[in-house]
Amino acid sequence: MISFRMPSLGADMEAGTLVEWLAKPGDKVKRGDIVAVVETQKGAIEIEVFDTGVLDRLLVEPGAKVPVGVPLALIRAEGEAPSLAAPAPIGGTAVAAAPAQGPAPTPIKPPAPAPFLPAEPHVRISPAARRVAAERGVDLARVTGTGPGGAIQLADVETAASPARPAGFDFTQMRAAIAAAMARSKREIPHYYLSDAVDLQPAADWLARTNAERPPERRLLMGALFAKATALAARAYPEFNGHFAEGAFRPSAAIHLGVAIAIRGGGLVAPAVHDAADLSLDDLMAAMRDLIGRVRGGRFRSSEIADPTLTVSSLGDRGVEALFGVIYPPQVAIVGFGKAVVRPWAVDGTLAARMIVTITLAADHRVSDGHRGALFLADIGRRLQQPEAL
Amino acid sequence: MTAPERPPPPSPAPAGGPAHETTYREAVRQAIRDAILRDQRVFLMGEDVGRYGGCYAVSKGLLDEFGPDRIRDTPLSEAGFTGAGLGAAMAGVRPIVEIMTVNFSLLALDQILNNAATIRHMSGNQFGCPLVIRMATGAGRQLAAQHSHSLEGWYAHVPGLRVLTPATLEDARGMLWTALQDPDPVLIFEHVMLYNRTGLLADDAGPVDIDKAAVRRVGKDVSLITYGGSLWKTLEAAETLAREGIEAEVLDLRVLRPLDEAAILASVTKTRRAVIVDEGWRSGSLAAEIGMRIAEKAFYELDAPLARVCSEEVPIPYARHLEEAALPQPAKIVSAAKSVCGRA
Repeated sequence: MISFRMPSLGADMEAGTLVEWLAKPGDKVKRGDIVAVVETQKGAIEIEVFDTGVLDRLLVEPGAKVPVGVPLALIRAEGEAPSLAAPAPIGGTAVAAAPAQGPAPTPIKPPAPAPFLPAEPHVRISPAARRVAAERGVDLARVTGTGPGGAIQLADVETAASPARPAGFDFTQMRAAIAAAMARSKREIPHYYLSDAVDLQPAADWLARTNAERPPERRLLMGALFAKATALAARAYPEFNGHFAEGAFRPSAAIHLGVAIAIRGGGLVAPAVHDAADLSLDDLMAAMRDLIGRVRGGRFRSSEIADPTLTVSSLGDRGVEALFGVIYPPQVAIVGFGKAVVRPWAVDGTLAARMIVTITLAADHRVSDGHRGALFLADIGRRLQQPEAL
Repeated sequence: MTAPERPPPPSPAPAGGPAHETTYREAVRQAIRDAILRDQRVFLMGEDVGRYGGCYAVSKGLLDEFGPDRIRDTPLSEAGFTGAGLGAAMAGVRPIVEIMTVNFSLLALDQILNNAATIRHMSGNQFGCPLVIRMATGAGRQLAAQHSHSLEGWYAHVPGLRVLTPATLEDARGMLWTALQDPDPVLIFEHVMLYNRTGLLADDAGPVDIDKAAVRRVGKDVSLITYGGSLWKTLEAAETLAREGIEAEVLDLRVLRPLDEAAILASVTKTRRAVIVDEGWRSGSLAAEIGMRIAEKAFYELDAPLARVCSEEVPIPYARHLEEAALPQPAKIVSAAKSVCGRA
């Protein structure tokens, strides 16, 4: 039996609230399946499993806030017998105590059923009310029953659920999360900064030609070219792609490009486009569109938030000419793209009006030095000169 | 157990044609007349169906119209004439056997259960028994414990039988012909309190399906599930409930075996509450079966405990006030519905 635990969705996450189960006991699950939604400081995040098997038992009910590492459910391997004992799941009434054992993800025998909560006082709850409460993440302990004998009925759950905000962003919490991550970054990471102005005219011309033949929904944006150029350059300069943890840099073979996305109402997140260097421009554009849509809808996946290996940030047309990013730990670099502007520019000894963009790099001096940083940054700029090769 | 193939259900008659006021009794009579006229093989037999015109006067005048070959009086021997009907059906004709009341049908239970319901199974599908048995059921006419019980739920227990409970004029008129087309035995229970019921019936009213339940009133707060004579009490209760702000849905089962489970679950899934109204005794009743199916298949839809209104567990009394007290009544249905809606 394998424990599926509350994942760590960021270096600063201590606990998460289980909002919703998207799978039920008996369902077959495989690595990568989304099985639950967890509310964290970063918003509601869809949680994937990393094991393949059958969901045996849920150990935590929606509404419960549990520390990172606490088993949320048991997954049994194919052919393994279902568990017999059924300890009471963690209810939605309080923060459960941290488990005795650490968060080591080793497969274990049926875990010591949690030193969790005392049983709730018996409240009558109709089956429909219970089901809908689970679906909507309503904490039944906070619902007042108006049915016979104080029973909680469906209407009571609906009343309790209606004023609640949908699973999504808590801006106060998000601000706190950004504060914690950025303070840690500036405290721990010795940043160095480089900046380079790059002729964007070839890329802009190519983009205009390419898009002229396409319907609006299939057009490329410059952001996709920036992302692809950065991802390809990161493959050539691996010391900018990976995580610095426990005193050492671990480069990443995969290039999961974090894309900083501003959220309406304030705050931002930088979830990953997985394997960005391997995607065609069209696929990369589609992935970014999908990600932006889901982020603004308050839904993204645990792996997307937890595993970017390098981040790009672009202020777009409404920004300024240069931005110098703050590295999101445990990453080691962030590449910034300013607003593209038309400037007088010398081309082949002649002055011309060209579209220019300022590309910046903030990198971790524990891992890389300015010389390599300059080469990395120049490589991005060079790749933008040949957009058809991206 | 039942034939591998049944004829398709009749297509419903178009609504909106001319209609005339008639009675449930007359609708049943016209159904019998129509069947005898349409199919040479059809005949009616039972106690007092001929010269006396039927103990509930359903077949009055039919002996004069069709003669003793098609309208056959029988001795007072339920086992005998039911068995004769069974044999006739197996031999290729289409008898309609009338049994005076469900109480007396117990004398023919051996023929109905041990023979009619099982012959297809026992013969490995070599023989079938396309027999239709009509009988009166239910209480309300001060006919005491000899004539007043509601045992249709018992018959609904038996594999191999199809059990119908026409509650409306349309079903009284239309179920018989469809039943006669069925390759297996069909029992039709006519509640004694329905015979005098009047209403408009379309002149072109024809055969109706014998498979589906029908929503007789649409509502959203509670499903009142019933059949036969209790339908009208239930509709009356639903009116009362509506005045108190509870919109009850009334589901007329129409067919007690096989149950239209999908219709039951659909209604309960919508309303999340159910009260089953069944004139049978409570213990081991059809209401119990329906409640259990809801618990099995729609537990997570329920927002309140299931409830039922059945007859008191006594032989149905003769005295009017006691008889009324023993039976499901609109006030009891209202009370049960309000209780599950938390409005008791």
